[in-house]
Amino acid sequence: MRYIPHTPEETQQMLKSVGLRSVAELFSSIPESLHMEKPLNLPEPLDEASLFRHLEALAGKNRIAAPHRSFLGGGVYRHFIPSAVKNLIQRSEFVTPYTPYQPEIAQGTLQVIFEFQTMAAEMFGMEVANASLYDGSTALGEAILMALRLQPKRKIVLIPRCLHPEYRQTVQSLLKNFDVSLVEIPLSPTGGVDPGAVGDYLKEEIAACVFPYPNFFGIVENNRELIQRIKDQGGLIIFCVTEPLSLGLFESPGALGADIVCGEGQSLGLAPSFGGPFVGLFATKEKYVRQMPGRLCGMTTDSKGRRGFVLTLATREQHIRRERATSNICTNQALCATQMTVYLSLLGKQGFQKLAQLNWQRAEYAKETLTQIKGINLAYPKVVTFNEFVLKLPTAADLVLKELKQKEIEGGIALGRWYPELGNALLVNVTELNETEDIENFAAALKETVHGLP
Amino acid sequence: MILEEPLLCEQTVPGRQGYSLPEPGANLPPKEFLRQAAAKLPEVSEVDVVRHFVRLSQQNYSKDVGLFPLGSCTMKYNPKTTDAAAALTNFAQAHPMISEEEVQGNLELIYELQNYLAEIGGMDAVTCWPAAGSHGELTGMMMIRAFHASKGNPRKKVIIPDSAHGTNPASAAICRYEVVTVKSNQDGILNPADVKAVMDEETAALMITNPNTLGLFEKNIQEICEIVHKQGGLVYCDGANLNALLGIVQLGKEGVDVLHFNLHKTFSTPHGGGGPGAGPVGVKKKLEPFLPTPLIIKENGRFNLEMARPQSIGRMKAYFGNFGMLVRAYAYIRELGPAGLRRIAEMAVLNANYIRKGLEKTYHLPYPSPSLHECVFSDKLQKETGVKTLDIAKRLMDYGFHPPTIYFPLIVHGALMIEPTESEPKASLDQFIAAMKAIAKECEETPELVQTAPHKTFRGRLDEVKAARELKLRY
Amino acid sequence: MEFPDDLKYTKEHEWVKVLGDGLVAIGITDFAQDQLGDIVYLELPEEGETVEQGEPFGVVESVKAVSDIYAAVSGTVAEINDPLTETPENLNEDCYEEGWLIKVRLSNPKELDRLLTHAQYQAFIKEQEA
Repeated sequence: MRYIPHTPEETQQMLKSVGLRSVAELFSSIPESLHMEKPLNLPEPLDEASLFRHLEALAGKNRIAAPHRSFLGGGVYRHFIPSAVKNLIQRSEFVTPYTPYQPEIAQGTLQVIFEFQTMAAEMFGMEVANASLYDGSTALGEAILMALRLQPKRKIVLIPRCLHPEYRQTVQSLLKNFDVSLVEIPLSPTGGVDPGAVGDYLKEEIAACVFPYPNFFGIVENNRELIQRIKDQGGLIIFCVTEPLSLGLFESPGALGADIVCGEGQSLGLAPSFGGPFVGLFATKEKYVRQMPGRLCGMTTDSKGRRGFVLTLATREQHIRRERATSNICTNQALCATQMTVYLSLLGKQGFQKLAQLNWQRAEYAKETLTQIKGINLAYPKVVTFNEFVLKLPTAADLVLKELKQKEIEGGIALGRWYPELGNALLVNVTELNETEDIENFAAALKETVHGLP
Repeated sequence: MILEEPLLCEQTVPGRQGYSLPEPGANLPPKEFLRQAAAKLPEVSEVDVVRHFVRLSQQNYSKDVGLFPLGSCTMKYNPKTTDAAAALTNFAQAHPMISEEEVQGNLELIYELQNYLAEIGGMDAVTCWPAAGSHGELTGMMMIRAFHASKGNPRKKVIIPDSAHGTNPASAAICRYEVVTVKSNQDGILNPADVKAVMDEETAALMITNPNTLGLFEKNIQEICEIVHKQGGLVYCDGANLNALLGIVQLGKEGVDVLHFNLHKTFSTPHGGGGPGAGPVGVKKKLEPFLPTPLIIKENGRFNLEMARPQSIGRMKAYFGNFGMLVRAYAYIRELGPAGLRRIAEMAVLNANYIRKGLEKTYHLPYPSPSLHECVFSDKLQKETGVKTLDIAKRLMDYGFHPPTIYFPLIVHGALMIEPTESEPKASLDQFIAAMKAIAKECEETPELVQTAPHKTFRGRLDEVKAARELKLRY
Repeated sequence: MEFPDDLKYTKEHEWVKVLGDGLVAIGITDFAQDQLGDIVYLELPEEGETVEQGEPFGVVESVKAVSDIYAAVSGTVAEINDPLTETPENLNEDCYEEGWLIKVRLSNPKELDRLLTHAQYQAFIKEQEA
C-alpha cells in the first residue's frame, strides 16, 4: 500500500519495541465482543490506473455542457479561472497544512487570510471581514444568528422571497429551534423586496431584514429609503451577496447601510464543482466584531519586532467558549479563501471593475437578443440586473430546457419549482464566457425550440 | 531561504495589471446604482502575484514537508490521486442546478460513498451534505432533536464528557440543549455509573468520542449506550478518531445511533490550512426519516433526488455538500479496499504506541491505559525547570517538526497530544522521539533556550496579546 | 497574591468594597486576573442598569479565556469605570484600586452578609489550588 510505508520487517521491529507480538494485540483494549469478525464489505482495491479508468467512467455518466454553451447561474457562476490561479492553488504548502495554530510556521496561510479579510471587507465596503465560513447559505444563517445576539429582545427577521430559495431553506433549518419568527416578504411587482410588506413589520420586534443583492432573479435594488426606515426602528440590515463580481459595478453594501454582509465567494475563481466546496463571506462593522462568528486573523509583531500574523479573538470560538461560543464552526474554508484571494489579486482594482462591466454588457445584449423572439419577454422589464435575468416563455420552461439540451445548450434554470406564481419563467445567466456568437446561437436555438413546441 | 513578503496592497503600482480581459464597451447601468468608491484591490502584475503567493507558501510548514503530529486532527498524507480525481472536468465543471438526468455520475458517486461510510461505521443510512465535522455535529444533533420532538418532547439536556472537543457543547447549544458535563474516571474513560447518575428522561442524548481524545477506547460503550437507551435517549458519536477503528470496530454495532465522519481526517482529504472539510453523518434506521434533504434514491439503476420528506430536518446547505471532498474520499476508499482500510488503523495505532514507548520515560504519561491512535503526555516532569508545554511545542519547530496538539484535552494539565497517523515511516518517528528527548534534556540544562524558542523559524514567537489588544484585522 | 482584608469576596472571584451611603465598588480579585492572564477586553453595563446578585453583569476577556463577571450584590449601577474599558490591561496591574469595575447602589444591604470574608476567601483559594 503506497500510502503506508511500513515493511513487514519494520512492523515486526516496532511491535517488538512496544512489547507486543502481533498487530492484533494493539487493539487489546477493545472488548473482544466488539471486534469485527469479517472484513468490511467494500469493493476490492484498485490500482491507480484502474481507479482513474473507473472514475472517468463515472464522470462520463454526467452530461456537462461547455461553459460557453451554458446559461446556468442561480448562485453558482461560470467565470474564467486564470491559469495562475489553478497553478498556485495546487501548492502543497497551501493544500496540506492544518489550521494555523502555530503561527511561526504558518505565516503563509495567515498572511493570505489577512489579505483575504482585507479584500472581502473592501469589496463589501465594510470595516472587518472574517476568515470565511462554509458557504453563502450557511453564512446567511450565521448572519441572522449574529443579528439576534446583537438584539436579544427582538424576534422578527424578514426574509424576502426574492432571496435564493435554497438559502431560504437552509436558514429555516438552522433557525428552527430558535425563538424567532422568520417572516417571508413577498415579491414586489418588480421582482424585488416588497416595501409595503416590510412596512407591516416596522415595529420594535424587528431584529433584522435580509437584502439579497443582486437577488435570485439577478435584480439589483438599492432600497435606500426602505433601509433607512428599518434602521429608524432599530432593525439591523443584512446584505446577502451571491454574485460578488457585481460589486465591481454596483454600490457597495456598506455604502447602502449594511450592518452585516454575507455572501458566496464561488464566482471569484472557484469551479462550480457540483455546489462545493465554496467559500462563505462574512463582514460587519468593527464595533460588532466580538459577536462575529468564525476565525479571524490579526496583525502583530514577533519576539524581534517583525510584523507577523496570528489567529486572534479566539475566545469567541468553540474550543474556548464551548457551549457559549458565537458559533459551533471551528474551521474556515482556507484553501477556497486562498483561491479567491489569488483570483482577486490578479483581477485587481481595474480588472474587477472591467470584468463586472463586461458581464453586465453581455447580459444586456442577451436580454435584447432573446426578447426579440416572438412570445418571449422579460418578466421584469424595467429593472436593473447584473448578469442574470428572468424570461417569460410561451411554453413550459422545463420542456424548453430539455429540447435545448438536445442541442447541447444549458438554457438556464426553470423557476416553476420555487416560484409557481411566475408561470413559464426561465432564469438566464450570462457571463464573460458567453460571447456575442454564443448568445446569438442560444437565441437561434431558443427560437427554434419555442416555436417548435406546442 | 525564506523571503520577506509585503502585502500585495503595499506592492500596488497604480495602473499595473494582472488580468487578461477584452475591453468592455462604454455602456453602464443607471448612475444611481453605480459604485462610488472602487474597491481598493491591489494593482499588480501576474508576475507579482505568482511570486507573492509562492513566497508566502514557503513560509508554511505542511504535511508534504514532514511529520505533523497534531492529536485529534489525523494529519495523514493527502494522496495526489484524489486531488486529480476531484479535478476531472465532468466533476469540477458540473453545475449544481442542472437536472438529475445530467449528473447521474455524481449522484452515483455520492450514493455509493454513503453506502461505504455506512458499512465502515455500522450505520443504516448516511448523508453526505454537511460541510465540515462541526456541521455534521449540528446536523446530527438536529436529527436527534427532531426525533424526540416527533415523540412529543424534544427533551432538554445533552450529556458530554469533560474530554470532548469544544465543538460538541457548541453544537448541542445551537440545538438549544443544556449541556451536562460528565467526568472521565482515573483511567481516562467514562464510568457507566457516572452516566447513569445524570441520565434521565429529559436527556436527549449522550455525545461521546470513541476512541476518546486521550486516545483511549471507551470500553464500556455498550453498557453506556444501554443506560442511555433505557431512558429513551440516543447516543451521538463524534467520529473524529475513527482512523483507529477502520475495519476493526463498527461503532453502530456498539449501540451508537448517530455518527459523523471527518473526511478530512480519516479519509485523507486535504486540510487546506483550515478547510474545506466534509462531515457526513450516519444514522440508525429510526433516525432515517429525519435526514436532511435532498435524499438520493436509486430506482431501476437511476438516481433521483427526493425533496419531499415531511419529517426531515430540512436543508443544511445550498446544493450538495462539499462535493469536491466527497470525490476525494470516494477515490481513497476505492483505492484502499477493505484490507487497506484496516491496515490504516493498524499502522496508525502502531505508530502512536511506538512514540508512546519511546517517550514514556522522558515525559509524564497521565493515563497509562493502552493507547490507540494517539498518546497524551504532559509537561509535569519539565515544569520544575520553568519550561511549559507551549515552550516544548515551540522548540520542536527548531528541530524541523510541527508541534503536537497542546493544552487539549482540557482534563490533562499542559497536555501534549500526539497523533502520528499511519503515513509516517519508522525513521521519522525515531527522529521525532530523538527531538523530544533532546528538548527534555535542554529543559534541564538550558531552559531559557526552550522558553524563548523557536529560534530557527521565519518568525519568532508572535505577540498574541498585542494582536488582541490592538485589533488590526485588515490593511 | 494579594487579598486586602478590608474587602469582601465571592466564590466567583469578585471583591466588594463598602463605600458607605449604600454604595459599594465591585471588581475582580488578584486570583481572577492571574488565572485569566493578559486581559484584552472588558465589557461593562451602562449606568442606571440593575444588577442582581449571582447574575452576570459584564465580560472580561484575555487571550486564552473569557469569563462572565457576576454581581456580588443586587442594586443599580451608579458608576462604571469607563476609562478602564479603554485600557483593560490595567486590570492585570492593579485589580483593587484603579481596577474597580462598577459602583452599585445596594437594593438589599443584607446581601453583604452572605459574602466571604478575607479569611474565608483565602481558604477557598487554597482549596481551589489543591
